[in-house]
Amino acid sequence: MSGVPMEFGLLLSAVLFVLGLIGLMVRRNLIMMLMSLEVMLNATGLAFIVAGSRWGQADGQIMFLLILTLAAAEVGVGLGLVMQIFHRFNTLDADSVNEMQG
Amino acid sequence: MTELLGWVPLFPFLGFLTLVLAGGRLFKPLIAWIGIGSVGISALLVCLIGVDFLNGTVPFYRLLLGSWIAMDDLSAPFGFYLDALSMTMLFVVAGVGFLIHVYSAGFMESDPGYARFFAYMNLFVSAMLVLVLADNLVLLYLGWEGVGLGSYLLIGFWYEDPNNGYAARKAFVMTRIGDTAMALGLFLLFTQLHTFDIQSLMRLATGQWAPGTLLPVASAALLLGGAVGKSAQLPLQTWLPDAMAGPTPVSALIHAATMVTAGVYLIARTHDLFLLAPAVQFAVAVIGTITLLIAGCAALAQTDIKRILAYSTISQIGYMFLALGVGAWSAAIFHLLTHAFFKALLFLAAGAVIYCFHHEHNIFKMGGLRKAMPLTFWSFIIGGAALSALPFTSGFYSKHEILLEAYAASPGLWAAGCLGALITGIYSFRLIFVVFFGTQSRTIEKGLGLSMSVPLLLLAILALFGGVLQIPLDSVFPVNPASSDALTLVSVITIAAPFFGLLIAVLFYLTHTFSSQRFANYGWARPVRKLFLSGWGFDALYDGLLVQPFTSIARLNKNDIVDRLYLALAWLGRELHRMISAAQTGRVRWYASSLVLGTVAVIALGLLS
Repeated sequence: MSGVPMEFGLLLSAVLFVLGLIGLMVRRNLIMMLMSLEVMLNATGLAFIVAGSRWGQADGQIMFLLILTLAAAEVGVGLGLVMQIFHRFNTLDADSVNEMQG
Repeated sequence: MTELLGWVPLFPFLGFLTLVLAGGRLFKPLIAWIGIGSVGISALLVCLIGVDFLNGTVPFYRLLLGSWIAMDDLSAPFGFYLDALSMTMLFVVAGVGFLIHVYSAGFMESDPGYARFFAYMNLFVSAMLVLVLADNLVLLYLGWEGVGLGSYLLIGFWYEDPNNGYAARKAFVMTRIGDTAMALGLFLLFTQLHTFDIQSLMRLATGQWAPGTLLPVASAALLLGGAVGKSAQLPLQTWLPDAMAGPTPVSALIHAATMVTAGVYLIARTHDLFLLAPAVQFAVAVIGTITLLIAGCAALAQTDIKRILAYSTISQIGYMFLALGVGAWSAAIFHLLTHAFFKALLFLAAGAVIYCFHHEHNIFKMGGLRKAMPLTFWSFIIGGAALSALPFTSGFYSKHEILLEAYAASPGLWAAGCLGALITGIYSFRLIFVVFFGTQSRTIEKGLGLSMSVPLLLLAILALFGGVLQIPLDSVFPVNPASSDALTLVSVITIAAPFFGLLIAVLFYLTHTFSSQRFANYGWARPVRKLFLSGWGFDALYDGLLVQPFTSIARLNKNDIVDRLYLALAWLGRELHRMISAAQTGRVRWYASSLVLGTVAVIALGLLS
């Protein structure tokens, strides 16, 4: 278990997280934004796994399982919303579905 | 008989209620019967009670009618207290009040507000009776404010003219200044002595307070403030000349005979308190002396018949204050009594002149009325003689007594009083000579009815012989130790002073040996005359000192300067709101970015600190 140093794992997770974040901010397609979110969730999960293996504890993996279920639920709700938005507006552009006047 | 005391103020009040509720629908003779009858019954009761009381041996009589305010240790019942002092006041209020009511029936005959007039008059008489009968200061204050209300309503009786409304408001506000001081005095007395009952208050004050200490001085000074306001003394005297805007019977009843003497009554009633505060008592004498001089001088220059009488009222009340100040309590009340007679007579006679002249007030437009109005002429002669204290009239006895006791206290005050008597002689006879002698300028169309001439006649008799009335006031007041000895020279000067005034008036206005016109046009006399005419410029002084600054502040604040601060707060809130609401765009990516930005900021903060 001592093959990869913890710092590398955490660095990867941080890079993934920032990539996801940038994706969330710059993409306008709702599907892509959802996918960016997934990337961010998985980046966090990776951080947990790395930390768990560093201290030889199962907690990190348990947390990852929790995050997986959370991600599944989130994707379920998110995709449902995306379907609805597509039905109503015929587009998946996050900016153009904005209906607020302010 | 004394059990009937409770009915005395009640009848005028019932008259007031009846006239207020049904006055517009009643026909005229009935209104007069109700208005005059209610006061008449009271006067009759007062006579019965008076005979009973004066023949009895009890020095005072108490009547508890019911509870009014009762909380914890604060109690102010409807309780009446009758002693020689309140008996005297009862005679004045009910007796003179009744005569003036009878006179009003004729005077106000053609006025559309006939019922309203009698309603207000009844309200006033009722409140005045409560004032003089009250056994505690709170009930007295009720009557005190009641007469103030009556005065306000009646000064502004002819409300179509805005000037009358202004005069009414002025009287109300000016007296309110004094009333505030008096209310504070009441509070002070109650917090210190825990009772409102006047007799217990006086007893407790005498027992607990050392003479000249802060508490009696403060409370006496506050009560004096109320008395000064109500009795139109310096520095709150300016409302009374303007109060002449009301109908003449009102001036006779309220602003000469009764209400304005309420201040004298208050001081006499609480004289124990003033004895504990010698400084304040001396201030009373000084206020009275200065007032009697400046009001007398002001009366010299007036041309409005009622304003002359108004200033002379202020001056005569000044004499009463002088008497109170030197401890001549009985003399003060005696002068109050005789003054009520002769000043009511003078006002009613002036009212008769005004009535016959179609509301002309300027004395120089009258003249030569001696033949045309003999009764009014003789009323004026008697009233004027009593006012200037010519011997054997009622005013002589009271004023002579005051001046002799003033001499015993301080020759300076006596000298000022004598000078005042001289001035009184001048202005009284100036008025009479100008109005009744000389050439008759206009013819008289209207005559005086019976209801106007009979009160004049009765009051003339009272003004002439009222001096023989002996009210046993010794049971109420301490006997003045410095009783007047036979000071012959002083007596002679005191008696002679009004005669000199009379002589001057004769030379100037009857024989025209000296021309008053030419005299008034001398270099120095013109500004002095102007000063006297304006009542020593007190109106202008108060206008410049209080009214103008107040109105300019009000004008400055017309756009609500104080509100600016709160408006700025509201503006700030609105601006912040606008900024934050601008951030709520509904753009999801924008939200995410600001979230990131916030997180980065927080993390940076955590790392840097």
